[in-house]
Amino acid sequence: MNAFWIILTGTLVATSSGLLGAFLLLRKMSMLGDAISHAVLPGIVIAYLVAGSREPLPMLLGAAGFGVLATVLIEMLYRKARLQSDAAIGVTFTGLFALGIILISAFAGQVDLDLDCVLFGEIAYVPIDVWITPSGLNLGPRAVWILGGLLVLLLLLLGLGYKGLVITTFQAEYAAALGVSVSFWHYLLMSAVSVTTVVSFEVVGAMLVVAFMVVPPATAFLLTNKLQHMLALTVLLGLGTALGGYCLAAWLDASIAGAMSVVAGAFFLLALLLAPRTGYRHQLWQR
Amino acid sequence: MADIAVEAHNLTVSYHHKPVLWDVDFQLPQGSLIGIVGPNGSGKTTLLKSIMGLVQPDSGYVEIFGKPLEQVRARVSYVPQRESVDWDFPISVREVVEMGRYRPGRLLRRLDSTDKAIVRQSIARVGLEAFADQQIAQLSGGQQQRVFIARALAQQADLYLMDEPFAGVDATSERAILQLLAEMKVAGKTVVMVHHDLQTVQEYFDWVLLLNTRLVACGPVSSAFTEDNLRQAYGGQLTILSKVAHLVEEHDFPVRDRSKKQRT
Repeated sequence: MNAFWIILTGTLVATSSGLLGAFLLLRKMSMLGDAISHAVLPGIVIAYLVAGSREPLPMLLGAAGFGVLATVLIEMLYRKARLQSDAAIGVTFTGLFALGIILISAFAGQVDLDLDCVLFGEIAYVPIDVWITPSGLNLGPRAVWILGGLLVLLLLLLGLGYKGLVITTFQAEYAAALGVSVSFWHYLLMSAVSVTTVVSFEVVGAMLVVAFMVVPPATAFLLTNKLQHMLALTVLLGLGTALGGYCLAAWLDASIAGAMSVVAGAFFLLALLLAPRTGYRHQLWQR
Repeated sequence: MADIAVEAHNLTVSYHHKPVLWDVDFQLPQGSLIGIVGPNGSGKTTLLKSIMGLVQPDSGYVEIFGKPLEQVRARVSYVPQRESVDWDFPISVREVVEMGRYRPGRLLRRLDSTDKAIVRQSIARVGLEAFADQQIAQLSGGQQQRVFIARALAQQADLYLMDEPFAGVDATSERAILQLLAEMKVAGKTVVMVHHDLQTVQEYFDWVLLLNTRLVACGPVSSAFTEDNLRQAYGGQLTILSKVAHLVEEHDFPVRDRSKKQRT
């Protein structure tokens, strides 16, 4: 049963992160998830200092707030200071992460609030933290419910906002000419990325979130030239990655998050070699 | 002059404190094909973007059909430069043209059968029926340009702002676009186009706007597209100038004859 919960959790994270990651990839902002997972640290510390405890809700709010703030700063550096987008991402997240470290060492050093327990969840512990109703009914791991709820919200957002997201991603200038608010859709997507990153890394750790946000969409991008297919493939690859990663970890008795990331990378390599249009095999054949 | 399609007053636009357009005033008539011509960096694209409301002017304003843009946005359509998108984007010709049917208030709604029919017609008008389901990366440069034009047609606007639709275009696409422009003129549409090839200005356009940060001239091709004005717009760029002077003398365009007659 533990295996089932872990694979389900992995798949839920892979689906949420992957679907958003596909849009980030097309906007050439794939590393935004990584940036956000670091930039939220001051938000977590401030929430801790204000609330005076390690309750999850204030920390989540603080983190999500700083995630959005990071995307606003990145956008400002990119637009107003004319910095390249990757440089803007780098400047922003190192700055905010450093601010978080200073806050911890100056104000929260004497208590147990270090990176290991705040930033990095561990997917192997998911089945332990179960949700039991007052009447004693065991509903399964809490994380699965939270991630499942998040995924439903995201599917709603992507379903309803598909046209808006696609047109502003494909050609922001044309969208603006039609009168579509480019910044509304930008910040809607960025808020979704912030919340998803924060909720997910609390459960599975930052590395796995970033891996799921970048690698399956990049793999799917190589395999198809239709956006709907790319999104569907991303989800399938996420499922395959969670399943394969768990098996690999069980076989090697190694880190589950590490194994899942490796499997995601293996799928990517395979696509790189075999992709119908861009694959190495195809290029050899054309020669 | 016929009814006015676009009117600009004291339009000044700058990027990072450097003026790109300086105190530009003009009126463009409805139902004409209008070329915006000038050397590189003379503000042609910026002028188009100011008309479309994509850059904020430092001073001055633009009116379209006598109204501010917000009131007539549905009647204006924009064809950006081909380089402005990533052509590897996983999207088909049809899906790009469908964007011409998107409206800010109706983004959540599905496209209905009328929209679909308009999209089909627009693709047919630029001659890309056979490519409708292909991914845009598989098209030639000229075909990609025609996708943008089809999308603009799908908007069913009255004023079309096009940024160098002839740049890097093959002969087939050039013919297709010219044919379309002729049809649009007959239908009473106004087309304002950034154009960089001086040789074809007299052939393609009724009206020309010569730009070099400041407005050099704006009027019917016969009276505005003169050697004097070109020298003013292009300044010291001798190669282009001599080419044009050569062109004007060698062929002694009828356009030029007309302007001589007008003077006498």
